[in-house]
Amino acid sequence: MHPEVSEHLLSRADMRLEDLEAGLAQLYQGSIDYADIYLQSSHHESWVLEDSIVKSGSFSIDRGLGVRAIEGEKTGFAYADDISIQALNQTSKAARGIAAAGQNKQVGQLNTTSARLLYLPDNPLSAWKEAQKIDILNAMDRHARKLDPRISEVTVSLSAVYEHILVVATDGTLATDIRPLVRLNCSVLAQQNGRRERGSAGGGGRFTYDYFTQKNERGQPRHFAFAEEAVRQALVNLEADEAPAGKMPVVLGAGWPGVLLHEAVGHGLEGDFNRKGSSAYAGKIGQQVAAKGCTIIDDGTLDNRRGSLTVDDEGTASQHNVLIEDGKLVGYMQDKLNARLMGMAPTGNGRRESFAHLPMPRMTNTYMLGGEHSSEEIIASVKHGIYAPHFAGGQVDITSGKFVFSASEAYLIENGKITRPIKGATLIGNGPASMQQVSMIGNDLALDEGVGVCGKDGQSVPVGVGQPTLKIDAMTVGGTG
Amino acid sequence: MSGQQSEQQQLLEQDMHKAKQAVEEAIAFAKSLGASAAECALSQSRGLSVDSRLGEVETVEFNQDGSLGITVYRGQSKGAAATADLNPDAVRAAVTKANDIARYTSQDPAAGLADAQLMAYDYPDLGLYFDANMDPQHAIDITKACEQAALDKDPRIINSDGANYSAHAGFRVYGNSHGFTGAYMSSRQSLSCVLIGKQGDVMERDYAYTLARDPSQLKRPEEVAAEAIEATVSRLGARSIDTCKVPVIFHRDVAHGLFGHLVAAISGGSLYRKSSFLLDSLHTQVLPSWLNIHEDPHIVGGLASSPFDHEGVRTQARDIVTAGELNTYLLTSYAARKLDMQTTGHAGGIHNWRVSHGDDDLAALCRRMGTGLLLTEVMGQGVNIVTGDYSRGAAGFWVENGELQYPVSEITIAGNLTQMLRSIVAIGNDIDPRHGIQTGSILLEQLSVAGN
Repeated sequence: MHPEVSEHLLSRADMRLEDLEAGLAQLYQGSIDYADIYLQSSHHESWVLEDSIVKSGSFSIDRGLGVRAIEGEKTGFAYADDISIQALNQTSKAARGIAAAGQNKQVGQLNTTSARLLYLPDNPLSAWKEAQKIDILNAMDRHARKLDPRISEVTVSLSAVYEHILVVATDGTLATDIRPLVRLNCSVLAQQNGRRERGSAGGGGRFTYDYFTQKNERGQPRHFAFAEEAVRQALVNLEADEAPAGKMPVVLGAGWPGVLLHEAVGHGLEGDFNRKGSSAYAGKIGQQVAAKGCTIIDDGTLDNRRGSLTVDDEGTASQHNVLIEDGKLVGYMQDKLNARLMGMAPTGNGRRESFAHLPMPRMTNTYMLGGEHSSEEIIASVKHGIYAPHFAGGQVDITSGKFVFSASEAYLIENGKITRPIKGATLIGNGPASMQQVSMIGNDLALDEGVGVCGKDGQSVPVGVGQPTLKIDAMTVGGTG
Repeated sequence: MSGQQSEQQQLLEQDMHKAKQAVEEAIAFAKSLGASAAECALSQSRGLSVDSRLGEVETVEFNQDGSLGITVYRGQSKGAAATADLNPDAVRAAVTKANDIARYTSQDPAAGLADAQLMAYDYPDLGLYFDANMDPQHAIDITKACEQAALDKDPRIINSDGANYSAHAGFRVYGNSHGFTGAYMSSRQSLSCVLIGKQGDVMERDYAYTLARDPSQLKRPEEVAAEAIEATVSRLGARSIDTCKVPVIFHRDVAHGLFGHLVAAISGGSLYRKSSFLLDSLHTQVLPSWLNIHEDPHIVGGLASSPFDHEGVRTQARDIVTAGELNTYLLTSYAARKLDMQTTGHAGGIHNWRVSHGDDDLAALCRRMGTGLLLTEVMGQGVNIVTGDYSRGAAGFWVENGELQYPVSEITIAGNLTQMLRSIVAIGNDIDPRHGIQTGSILLEQLSVAGN
C-alpha cells in the first residue's frame, strides 16, 4: 500500500487499515457474495483566460467513501462525502440492506495488487507556482493572436486533477493509486467578411504541467503547438463549403478520429451490455465482426496516457486487452461483477467517476493497430468522398449498433485528391456493418492528444483513443449539399 | 402540501437553516480576509435510485450530495473554490483558497456581484417541495410492477434494460455580500423503463419516463410500460431512406431541443464572445410571426421555477419572443456588463418557457405535413452555435399523405438553425410537460436528409 495514500486517506481521518477490514467483515455476511469499500480524495483546479486576461481560477476538494455490497446480480450502494468510521458504518448498513442478515463469512487476506506504476505520483497543482500557470495562458493568447489578424477571440483553459484512491474488497483486494491528470485547451474564433468560425485544440495526460512547455516530436513547445492548431482549424473552417449528403467513402485521419472505434465498437464490447444481451455484439465471440486486418485493443497500461490506470477502481491491475483480432471478436471489457456473472476474468476496466458512483465496465485507451497503406495511398484510392481528420465527439445506441460522430474539420476528395474544405458534418453508421466496410488501414497509427471524456449512465471518465488513417467504403454523410 | 410537516421536510429545513448559516459565515470570513465582495452557494440533495431488471432488483443506491461554492472578489479580480466538506474548517480553507486565487487573476472591469437593488430580498414560496417517497421497498415494488407490465404484453419485446425509480429532495442556498441570503427546497421523482425489441436479427431499444415534483402527478407504472412498449415496438423493421429534402416534424420528445439551441444562441456568454448565430438579433424576427415564447419563473410547483437566479437576482415573467421577434437576450450580470445591458436573471439558466402552438394534435400535424419525416430521436453533437450549422443523426418514421408508413433509422438531418427557426410551419398542442421548455411537436418546412 502506498504510504502517502494511507496517510492522506486514513491517518488524516484517524482511521487505520484495520478499520476497513472490520468494515468488510461487517458487510460480508449472509448471502452477500462480494463487497468493497472505496476511499477517494481529489483536488481540482482550473484557470481560464479570455479577452487576453485571466478571468477566473477555481479550486475544489472532494473527499469521500463509497460502499458496495453485491448479492448475485443485486447491488446495494451508499456513499458519504466524509471519510470517517461513522460514515463507513452508516454507508455499510445502507449498502448491505439489499440482502438478509446472516452468518459472517471469512474476508480474504488482504493482498496488495501488484501493478507497474504508469505515472509519477507528482501533484500537478503544486508543481507549478500560480504565476507560471498565468504565464502559460498569456503566452498562448499572444501566440494565437499574432498568428493571424483574423483571430478575434482566444480562450485558453488549464486544469489539473490530483487524486488518491484506496480500495479494499472481500476477495482480498487491497489497492491504492495516485492519479495526476492535466489538460490544456485553446479555442479561437476567426472572423472574415462577417463570417465566424471556431477552432480548438489541446491535450494532456497523467503528468504535471511541465509537459505543456516541453517540446513535441516536431521540436515545438506543446502549448504553442496547441495554439497554432486551433488557429489553423478556425482558418480552414472559414473557407469551408457545404458538406455533401448521402452515402460515400470516408477516409478518417489518424489519432483522434479513433472516436470511431470508441463508438462503433468499444461501448458495444463492455461486459454489462453483453451479459444483459442488450449489445449488438452480444453472443458474437469468435465471429467476424470487422473487416480482416482490423485489430482493436483497449489498453490501460500505456505510460502517462489520459485513459491509463495503474489499477482500476476495483483494484484490478489494468491490462492490454485485445477486443478484436484480425476482424474476429475475441474479448469483452469487464468489471468484477459482470466478469463473475459471465464466468470470465476481470480485465481492469472497472471504473467509476468518483466515490459517489458505482463502478461499471469502461474503456481506457482504445485503438486500432496500423496496417500497410500510406495515408496518401488511401486518399488517392477515393474517387468521390470525404476526408475527416478531426472530430467533435460521438454517440452510440449499443442495442441497434447505430452510431454517430461529428467532424470538426473535413475535406472533399475528388478523383483521389483533397480539393476543398467542407463544413463539419455528422457521419452515421451501424457499428458491426461499418467495421466490415473498413477497406484500407494506414501505417500511421497515432493516439490522440489526451482530451477524451466518455459519458455512460451519467458518469464521466477520462479516456484515450487512437487509430491509423482508415478508409470506410460507405458511410452516410450528413451534409446539406 | 398541507398542515403538518413531515419528518423528511423538517430535517431538510433544519439542514437548510444550518446551510444558510454556513453561507453567511463563509461570506463574513471572506470579508474578514479583505475581500471587497463575495458570494456563496450551497446545494444539498438526498434520495435514492433503484433499478429492477427482469423481475429482480439490480441496484439500490442511496444518494447524498452537497457542495459549497464560494467566489471571492478582490477589487475586480475573482477567485472561486468549492468543497463538499461543510465543516467550518473546510469551508474556511475553501474561502482562503478562493481569496488566494483572486490575487493572481486579472482585473476584469465586468466582474462582480449583480447590483444590490436587483436582489430578490422578498421572494415567493413557489411550492417546489413535496415529500418524496424514499422507501426502498416502494421503489422496488414500483419498478418491478412497471417492468412486469411491459414484459408480458408483446412477444416482440425480448429483453429489458430495466425500470428505474428515483426520488430526490434537497435545497439551494445562495448568499452574497449585499446582505442577501435566499434559500428554497425542492424535490422531484421519476419512473422510467427501457425495453429491447427484436425483429429478424435486429434489436432496437427505446424507453418511456414520467417525471414530476408532486408524486401524485407521476404517471402510473402501467402507463409508462405501455408507452415504452409502443416506442420500442414501433422502431422494429427500421430502414434508411434515400437522400432527399423533405418537411420534418420534431416529435415533442425531441422538440424542446430546437428551442434549447435558441437558448444557447441568445445567452449572454455566446453573445459577448461573438459566438452565436443570433448576434445582433435583439428586436429582430428570429421565429415566424405567429410564434410567441413566454417565460414564467414563478409557476407554483413548476419544473424550472425559481424565485431568484444563481446571483440572487429576482426572477420575473418575460415575453422572450413576441410575434416572432426577439424581445430579450438571456443575461447574467457579467454578460450584461460586457454587452452594456442589464442582467435578465438568467444566471443558471431559463425558467419555464411556454411556446405558443396551434390546435393541431400530432396526427393533424402529420396530415398537414403530408409527405416527410417524423423524427423521434436525434443523436450526436453536430450543432454549431457559432454558425448555426446543424447536422445530426436521427431516427423516426416516414410519413406519406399524413400517415405513418414505416420506421426510419441510420439517417442524418442537416440545415442551418437561423433558417430552421424561421421556417417553423406549425407547433402541435401535444405539449411535453416534463421539460423546462414546454412545447408541442414542431413542423419544419424542409431539412436535408442523408440516407442511402
